[in-house]
Amino acid sequence: MRIRLFAMVLVAVAMLSGCGYNQIQINDEGVNAAWAEVLNQYKRRADLIPNLVAVVQGYAAHEKEVLTKVTEARASVAGLKATPELVNDEAAFAKFQKAQADLGGALARLLVVAENYPQLKADANFRDLQAQLEGTENRITVARNRYIKSVQDYNISVRTFPNSLTATVMGWKTKANFTVEDEKAIAAPPVIKFDSPAPAGK
Amino acid sequence: MTRFGLLLCCLIFPAIGWGADPVAIPPLSARVTDLTATLSAEQNAALDASLERIEREKGAQVAILMLPTTQPESIEQFGIRLAEAWKIGRWRVNDGVIVIVAKDDHGARIEVGRALEGAVPDVVAKRIVADVMAPKFKAGDFAGGLQSAVAALAGSIGGEALPAPAAQPASASGTENHFIYLFLALMLGGVLRSLLGLFGAIVAAVVAGWLAWTIFASWIAAIIAAAITVLFSFARGGGRGWSAGGSGGALGGGFSGPSSGGGGFSGGGGEFGGGGASGNW
Repeated sequence: MRIRLFAMVLVAVAMLSGCGYNQIQINDEGVNAAWAEVLNQYKRRADLIPNLVAVVQGYAAHEKEVLTKVTEARASVAGLKATPELVNDEAAFAKFQKAQADLGGALARLLVVAENYPQLKADANFRDLQAQLEGTENRITVARNRYIKSVQDYNISVRTFPNSLTATVMGWKTKANFTVEDEKAIAAPPVIKFDSPAPAGK
Repeated sequence: MTRFGLLLCCLIFPAIGWGADPVAIPPLSARVTDLTATLSAEQNAALDASLERIEREKGAQVAILMLPTTQPESIEQFGIRLAEAWKIGRWRVNDGVIVIVAKDDHGARIEVGRALEGAVPDVVAKRIVADVMAPKFKAGDFAGGLQSAVAALAGSIGGEALPAPAAQPASASGTENHFIYLFLALMLGGVLRSLLGLFGAIVAAVVAGWLAWTIFASWIAAIIAAAITVLFSFARGGGRGWSAGGSGGALGGGFSGPSSGGGGFSGGGGEFGGGGASGNW
């Protein structure tokens, strides 16, 4: 009697791990952790911006357009609710990604503009902020790559048989992943002009 | 002529850039890996001694890699790939630092493990690269630049509260080894269970119980260990071995730990999150 009960428990456990329930749970938690790290690093970037804008303003106050762009982009990022649930909502995820990409673009332009101000570039404060920003951008890249991998694992575990049956029964869907930002910009061939003299760069 | 040359470059370089495979991760066998044959044996030994001292005093692992180039990847992309492969730093502590010098690219990077992002923040890493290493590298003094960088890193790491470094090998055979035996008993339980059924699991449980009793000198611990062994062996016998994959790998990483003394050197299992800074000279 007792052995039979034990055998039944054993079979139940075997079935649970056989249908992929545990696997999906493990991968789901992996995605959550990876996403939290992405949000964390985006937050870190957003936190750097007020100081950066203040420093640049000190030397290049008339570069209003670039500075406003950055401030606006940061405001729109802050306006979006960056919750863990975002990964389950394709549309909101795309919007979030767009806002972050805009902010990244605006920041990149700000740094390009800063190249024209030797005094700004020599400012110790600016140098520190630039180092922090570079580090944070790199961390974002790393966090995004890890998120992409974890979502891949999760989506595979949800879509392959027999886990797909469990996922259907439980109503689990695949999660949104990052795509290449501004595909058009990558697809467009760069314009090369040979006529005008090259600007004095490095 | 120059226009034509430029056009030719545009045509050829993308082909090279996209066609080339990323640089292979060199095997890790010493704290200082010099693929460019820049450092003399003495300089190499001096650097190694400084790095070894950091690990002995603070437990943090620091490694140096000099290579010709990281192309077609950026040094940041290569750096995180290297960090994920080498796993410098202690497991779960993540206190590793890797200094990468891409000699022909004139680029350097300090890759900082997660736990040291406070001790060596990006700003400090950037200063070490730009103000300590770059000027000496520019003058061709690679050993001097690296030695100063290591000194600066040691200073920063020295102020951080990290778990005490593991005791030297002599005393490492204490309770730690017993834990390994306990773990082996768990594994053995699974094997015995599949060979002998319930009887095998009970044998393994008795062994685990006895080991737990010798370690903790407590009957409660012994009973818990025995119960866990039985559970493990049944879980392994029943399911697809999910427990072995998770805990086995994790424990294995933990015990491989930092190597000390001797000739070999290996990463302890530290994690990196992309912190640090890079610069050119």
